[in-house]
Amino acid sequence: MNSKNKAKPRIGVFKLASCDGCQLTILDAEDEFLAIAGAVEIAYFPEASRAMARGPYDIALVEGSVTTHHDAQRIQQIRRASRTLITIGACATAGGIQALRNWHDSAEFVRVVYATPSYISTLKLSTPISEHVPVDFELRGCPINKYQLLELISASLAGRKPNIPAYSVCVECKRKGNVCVMVAHGTPCLGPVTHAGCHALCPSYSRGCYGCYGPMESPNTAALSNHFRILGQTGLQLSHAFRGFNAWAPEFRQASEEAERA
Amino acid sequence: MSNTAIKAIRVNTLARVEGEAALLIKFRGDRVSDVKLSVYEPPRLFEALLRGRHCSEAIDITSRICGICPVAYQMSAVHAVERALGVEIDPAVRLLRRLFYCGEWIESHTLHVYLLHAPDFLGYEDCIAMARDHRAIVEKALRLKKIGNRIVTLLGGREIHPISATVGGFHKLFSRSELRELTDDLAWAVEASLDTVKLVAGFDFPQFEQDYEFVALQHPTEYPFNEGRLVSNLGLNIAASQFEDHFTESQVEHSNALHCSLNGRGAYLVGPMARFNLNFDRLPPVAQEAARAAGLMPPVKNPFHSIVVRAVELVFACAEALRIVREYVPPARAHVAAPDRAGAGEAITEAPRGILYHRYLIDNQGLILSAKIVPPTSQNQRRIEDDLRAFAAPLVHRPLAEATWKCEQAVRNYDPCISCATHFLKVQIQRD
Repeated sequence: MNSKNKAKPRIGVFKLASCDGCQLTILDAEDEFLAIAGAVEIAYFPEASRAMARGPYDIALVEGSVTTHHDAQRIQQIRRASRTLITIGACATAGGIQALRNWHDSAEFVRVVYATPSYISTLKLSTPISEHVPVDFELRGCPINKYQLLELISASLAGRKPNIPAYSVCVECKRKGNVCVMVAHGTPCLGPVTHAGCHALCPSYSRGCYGCYGPMESPNTAALSNHFRILGQTGLQLSHAFRGFNAWAPEFRQASEEAERA
Repeated sequence: MSNTAIKAIRVNTLARVEGEAALLIKFRGDRVSDVKLSVYEPPRLFEALLRGRHCSEAIDITSRICGICPVAYQMSAVHAVERALGVEIDPAVRLLRRLFYCGEWIESHTLHVYLLHAPDFLGYEDCIAMARDHRAIVEKALRLKKIGNRIVTLLGGREIHPISATVGGFHKLFSRSELRELTDDLAWAVEASLDTVKLVAGFDFPQFEQDYEFVALQHPTEYPFNEGRLVSNLGLNIAASQFEDHFTESQVEHSNALHCSLNGRGAYLVGPMARFNLNFDRLPPVAQEAARAAGLMPPVKNPFHSIVVRAVELVFACAEALRIVREYVPPARAHVAAPDRAGAGEAITEAPRGILYHRYLIDNQGLILSAKIVPPTSQNQRRIEDDLRAFAAPLVHRPLAEATWKCEQAVRNYDPCISCATHFLKVQIQRD
């Protein structure tokens, strides 16, 4: 209400089809949360507050993919009300795990879960926000990395480019000094084609990367697919490897379809 | 000043819950004529998309149902798959999985008690406004929450959608010294959780008791996480494999969440109150004493006391985590082999919000033929509506804003997780 409050940038946090994990990342920034709440006005964030202020918002953080007519309309309203729109996480950026329906009959999927499918209103495809409205920045990850989110909010408010590298998980792994799980143990790993951001988490725990951050810039999925086959992976296994939380991202989608055909 | 009788309470976006739901309560005269907790959270159809995937992938895929309780999904999935494959885990792995769950309970309960529910009792819209007057309390809460997350991160690599659980154990072998690093934090956390019980026990509670059928796991000696029989105060006593013989999911038009009911008896309650009432004697002495000192003894039948029960469970989770890090001796191997074979397996574990049932039918290559998942909030959904039917009636002559807030608070007694329940919730109050 006071004049000091009015000068603060207004942030809205919105949820479409998703697990809540990416917006929970804000509450999981335990050391920074009160500082964030002091620096900005959290105008709309239903998970944290029953006070819900109308737009316009300086920054909209959008979690989740579009899977219903209602959400397809809502994202248009959110875009109109927001100066900067940032998608947070694999659902908003690539359609999420729920995009696995995109290769199947979605009506049949509904019938498997619900006895009265006619009560359920859902679209045939789960699609990323960018297929519906212009997006200013897509933050990757399933879930997102909280330090990247803090960097992105700071950069947006300062009007500078965020320092979020688009190279692969491999680069993070080398920098960490990990032994390569694929070279040393023959474990299939999506690290060579996956966007950085997790600090090579899975290889650090002796498992192969499963692609939470989606495709890196210009990934060589064909070369990696060949290597997976040399390691003895079947076409089905290869297709499933690309068809995870970022299955509908164009590069992974294409690689999974090629694996199915071969 | 007399208030016009309320015709309906309407909440289009229920706040301080995980996911998207709305509430509508209609009145006819002094009576509640209809209560609808609608989940408009879009369905994500997990049970369908799991078909054809390898059973080992169920652990990572189902964790994406819920960003608040991913460990719960991973634990129900891994135990169900292990049962289907006939895998026996090392006792040390069993202990690590209990510790993993302690981390999630500490994180989730602290989030709900302090950041989502306490603002209702203290009259704030949110924890940010609460922090302006009670900064030390919120700072302490954030530190406690962070300790829960630290456990999950140590064992799982990250707080949300951890990556280390696998069929037969964990991907990584954890050393004694790695776990011991948690000791000081956990010793502090036990004290902080005891303070939490004292704080929340001092809140004002509406006089509101209901008769419930409480349903929870029961282990012979331990407070339950991953094992035990499913029992109730009305005589239910079954194995996880019998769940579908006793419980039925049904669909209602106003919700994307399936309602689950106990055959022949209807609504029941899962979660902290059920666990506490059925397992009080399995709590460690420090948690039992904290409950006694707070005047909290089973059977707790006032759902507004659930915040105190959650605080007592925090004491348990912190003390149990401390015990485990002190006693832990690493297993011989990070995980045991789990060759593919055809089979069916089911498991029930205690998510922070109550029992979470998974069943998988698997073919001889380990691919999932069918999956069934029953999350806690879809089980509590009918019970929440029943509570509101009784709780809202005396509010009919109160100011609409006050009545609406009270009803929202009553829903938040259940810490509903709507992302999970979708298969699930929105509060509306109408008046002239």
